Amino acid sequence: MANLTTDFIGIKSPNPFWLASAPPTDKEYNVRRAFEAGWGGVVWKTLGSEGPPVVNVNGPRYGAIWGADRRLLGLNNIELITDRPLEVNLREIKSVKRDWKDRALIISLMVPCDEESWKDILHRIEDTEADGVELNFGCPHGMAERGMGSAVGQVPEYIEMVTRWVKQHSRMPCIVKLTPNISDIRKPAEAAKRGGADAVSLINTINSITSVNLDSFSPEPMIDGKGTHGGYCGPAVKPIALNMVAEIARSPETHGLPISGIGGVTTWRDAAEFMALGAGNVQVCTAAMTYGFKIVQEMISGLSQYMDDKGMTSTADLVGRAVPNVTDWQFLNLNYVTKAQIDQDLCIKCGRCYAACEDTSHQAIAMLPGRVFEVKDEDCVACNLCVNVCPVENCITMTEMPKGAVDPRTGDTVGDYANWTTHPNNPSVAAE
Amino acid sequence: MTNSPLTPGIAPARLPADRIVGNFADHEPPLDQHEAHVAADRCYFCHDAPCVTACPTSIDIPLFIRQIATGTAESAATTIWTQNILGGMCARVCPTETLCEEVCVREVAEGKPVEIGRLQRFATDTAMARGLHPFARAAATGRTVAVVGAGPAGLACAHRLALHGHEVMVYERRAKAGGLNEYGIASYKSTGNFAQREVEWLLQIGGITVQTGVELGRDIKLEGLLAMHDAVFLGIGLGGVNALRAAGEDKAGVANAVDFIAELRQTDDLTTLPVGRDVVVIGGGMTAVDAAVQSKLLGAENVTIVYRRGQDRMSASGYEQEHATSVGVRIICNAAPVAVHGNGAVREVEFGYVADTADGLQPTGETFRLKADQVFKAIGQTLSGVPAGAALEGGKIAGLPARVWAGGDCTGGGEDLTVTAVAQGRDAAEAIHVSLMGVAG
Repeated sequence: MANLTTDFIGIKSPNPFWLASAPPTDKEYNVRRAFEAGWGGVVWKTLGSEGPPVVNVNGPRYGAIWGADRRLLGLNNIELITDRPLEVNLREIKSVKRDWKDRALIISLMVPCDEESWKDILHRIEDTEADGVELNFGCPHGMAERGMGSAVGQVPEYIEMVTRWVKQHSRMPCIVKLTPNISDIRKPAEAAKRGGADAVSLINTINSITSVNLDSFSPEPMIDGKGTHGGYCGPAVKPIALNMVAEIARSPETHGLPISGIGGVTTWRDAAEFMALGAGNVQVCTAAMTYGFKIVQEMISGLSQYMDDKGMTSTADLVGRAVPNVTDWQFLNLNYVTKAQIDQDLCIKCGRCYAACEDTSHQAIAMLPGRVFEVKDEDCVACNLCVNVCPVENCITMTEMPKGAVDPRTGDTVGDYANWTTHPNNPSVAAE
Repeated sequence: MTNSPLTPGIAPARLPADRIVGNFADHEPPLDQHEAHVAADRCYFCHDAPCVTACPTSIDIPLFIRQIATGTAESAATTIWTQNILGGMCARVCPTETLCEEVCVREVAEGKPVEIGRLQRFATDTAMARGLHPFARAAATGRTVAVVGAGPAGLACAHRLALHGHEVMVYERRAKAGGLNEYGIASYKSTGNFAQREVEWLLQIGGITVQTGVELGRDIKLEGLLAMHDAVFLGIGLGGVNALRAAGEDKAGVANAVDFIAELRQTDDLTTLPVGRDVVVIGGGMTAVDAAVQSKLLGAENVTIVYRRGQDRMSASGYEQEHATSVGVRIICNAAPVAVHGNGAVREVEFGYVADTADGLQPTGETFRLKADQVFKAIGQTLSGVPAGAALEGGKIAGLPARVWAGGDCTGGGEDLTVTAVAQGRDAAEAIHVSLMGVAG
């Protein structure tokens, strides 16, 4: 059985599955239940500074989108950081950590953007014996008027400055949580690194409106007829998160910077994908909020089975394995030629491939008598749309044309690797 | 004395009242909203969908299912009704397992089709519950059309004619409109007086007058109708019933299955409807199954369907046959009635086994007898009351005088199904419209 123990920036946990800083980690009661269920670590819901706690709305905090059978695909929230007194949280953190020494316990922090505030909060949490801190620069609501949350996370200089303060005033490992609500995710990651961060975690939630009530014309979730953007998370955001994780993992400036992957992790497979793209561990929230803490059992067994099947003995064997394969478009092999192929035995004759190709692609599928669908190689550009819309798994596949074969569409012979940078149509090549 | 399934002879209330009520409740309960959304999500929205081709009325099934999936069941109903104005009844009685659902790609792939029939019912029920009738008559044309028979074909024809602005007079020989929807469908398929509710809903279009108790040939003549109207549509169905041609079929207790089904449909309190202890139904179609199943549901102890050919030749669908056997009906195949025995009333039916050979059905010489105190004949209906001037072919109307059209079971082309009748009535209305106005559409 594969060893799932992870050492993430010196913080050990029995498995790479942590609960993200979020509603499930706001109280001792929840966190104890999480550890009992088997979670490897917990990032305690964000603490603010000393003083009267923030207040939350008293109406709905969450909005959602669903699949047909009410499968929750995406969730958004307008909840703020913890609305419980700082002292209560600190006492509970200490109590939990005392009983669960083998689990990772990280404290998420968000205080005003001045050195004193950070110094003060770091001092206050020292006594909890927590394993590290995560700087919440990503909360979409933040408290922008007080210079917190995404107001900081969207300005790389602030990230660097605050991170430097934290490293200066604390010996704890420091994770900087990044907001995706920014155009280039590498910039805040670089800033965190410059500031001395031990790791980054991403993504925080995405600014979103889940839906509009077409009777009352209010955005959802609705508070007294009004709505505001909330932070979007859940399965729907995973592709966005994977890309941002990969961007940081493969960028020369940030390569090697430990990453805690967040964003729609719902199953062991999602976790493995984040790890393959460079995440040392993952943080989970929506899946736990949807199904309860028990899902971690499937994540543990699934990742173990996968690693065993692949002959991997530790999570380090998996982390980053896919990173070298993430590249820029101009380096993709233009001599990799494939053609769609329809398995007539598996085909159920629904014709979706035909409709998709005929209406929206390249008219490369013929509909023959008897509802037989056949690819026209001379027209197929291998776009993959038919594969994606086919309701039968593996019915339509992409078959690679061997080197030396002639592509009936272009008349060109399939040659060796060649990309855009050397392509005759590339103006910068022609200029030389 | 309380009756039971074991009470000899033909007797009412063989089961407690609540059991009988339960037995005749909705055979397949309607989908609720969530179930409908889940069922609708299974539709692949096929290109040139096979289900549409299989539907005699060519309802755009993928479109109406997508409309349900997106929360607009009322629009779905409009899609359905545009092709099939009796879509509500067809959703209940269509043998979908041999039509749209049989060719659903998910039936072919997984043996589990999209539940098209139930989804159609969800859409039409939803819209009818809101009182929607999404059709408005065109400006009056000043033309009038007579429709003979207020069954599915006649009603579909009348609605489409009225839609085009014509004035329609419907003549119906029975006391109520609806035809087989009212008199010929198993009760548990059309609960809650649905047939009448649907007729009332359909007549909301306006411009249609229904006269009941008026029979062609007796009260009115085709020549008279042609003198009064610009065109005539005949949707007279099949008024006659085939005889067994077995000795003793005139004995008491031997009845036509269609009459039993009609009587049952018109009985408000089913505990008053008598049924035999040993019921034998002769035939292999839907009528046989409906009579047999309902006999069983009324509390008959033994109900047997006897069909002269092999089971695979039964015109009742596999689904219907299974339904029959699931309620305890026995099906005997390859046997034909030889004689009905009894002293005044039927006591036994004698059958001879027959082999289905290249030279037709041949008796094997072996016979057997079934106890019976009630026998239902369900070996097919025949055309009756055909007006002079109509040419017949294969027992169906095949040629008509000028200005006369026909559709439904009295004509050929397609199976004798509600949905086929609707398609023929609708198409005849379009043909009549073109003929009257000299333009298409």
